[in-house]
Amino acid sequence: MKNRLKVLRAERDWTQAQLAVELEVSRQTVNAIEKGKFDPSLPLAFKVARLFDMAIEDIFQYSTKS
Amino acid sequence: MNKMKTGSNNWAAASQMNSVRLLVWSTAWVASMALAAFGPKLIWNYDTSLTILAVLINLGIGFAMILATRRYLRGLDEMHQKIFLDAAVLTLGVGLVSGLSYELLEDIRLITFQPEIPHLVILMCLTFLIGMIAGHRKYQ
Repeated sequence: MKNRLKVLRAERDWTQAQLAVELEVSRQTVNAIEKGKFDPSLPLAFKVARLFDMAIEDIFQYSTKS
Repeated sequence: MNKMKTGSNNWAAASQMNSVRLLVWSTAWVASMALAAFGPKLIWNYDTSLTILAVLINLGIGFAMILATRRYLRGLDEMHQKIFLDAAVLTLGVGLVSGLSYELLEDIRLITFQPEIPHLVILMCLTFLIGMIAGHRKYQ
């Protein structure tokens, strides 16, 4: 699954650590999601979408290649 | 920085507290195991009542350690839960398969010594450690 998390975070000038605090996950998890190595659960994806005030599909795009 | 709030660090603090709690219970369990193992011979000269009490304390603390582990696991974020569970599944599989095969080796006389539980425990600890390292590397 591809995502725009890194771009959206950079646009807001947030660090991975700050985003991790907001999402209540570790910084390593934010990093893994940004790199596309870990796909978040639906609740976490909703949390991300709510934080950025966007729709989930505007942040995460399904792709067969992980 | 826009929109980002101060963001309470409650989750991280709770997670850290769970780690400390697990460490305390694990240490207490090891200490109670040592007491149950060496107490009868070295401290109370095989008094049955005290030995039973030591074993019950060891079991009670062991159960508390299991609950602390469950609490620790539930307090992790989803990626770390996955890493932990993957390592635990690997450990369970290796422990079960290797343990039964190890026991079988003596039954079919391929080894002459008695299989010992500590050997299996060491293997399971190493397997869990390797599983955790591999999991962390996978998501780095």
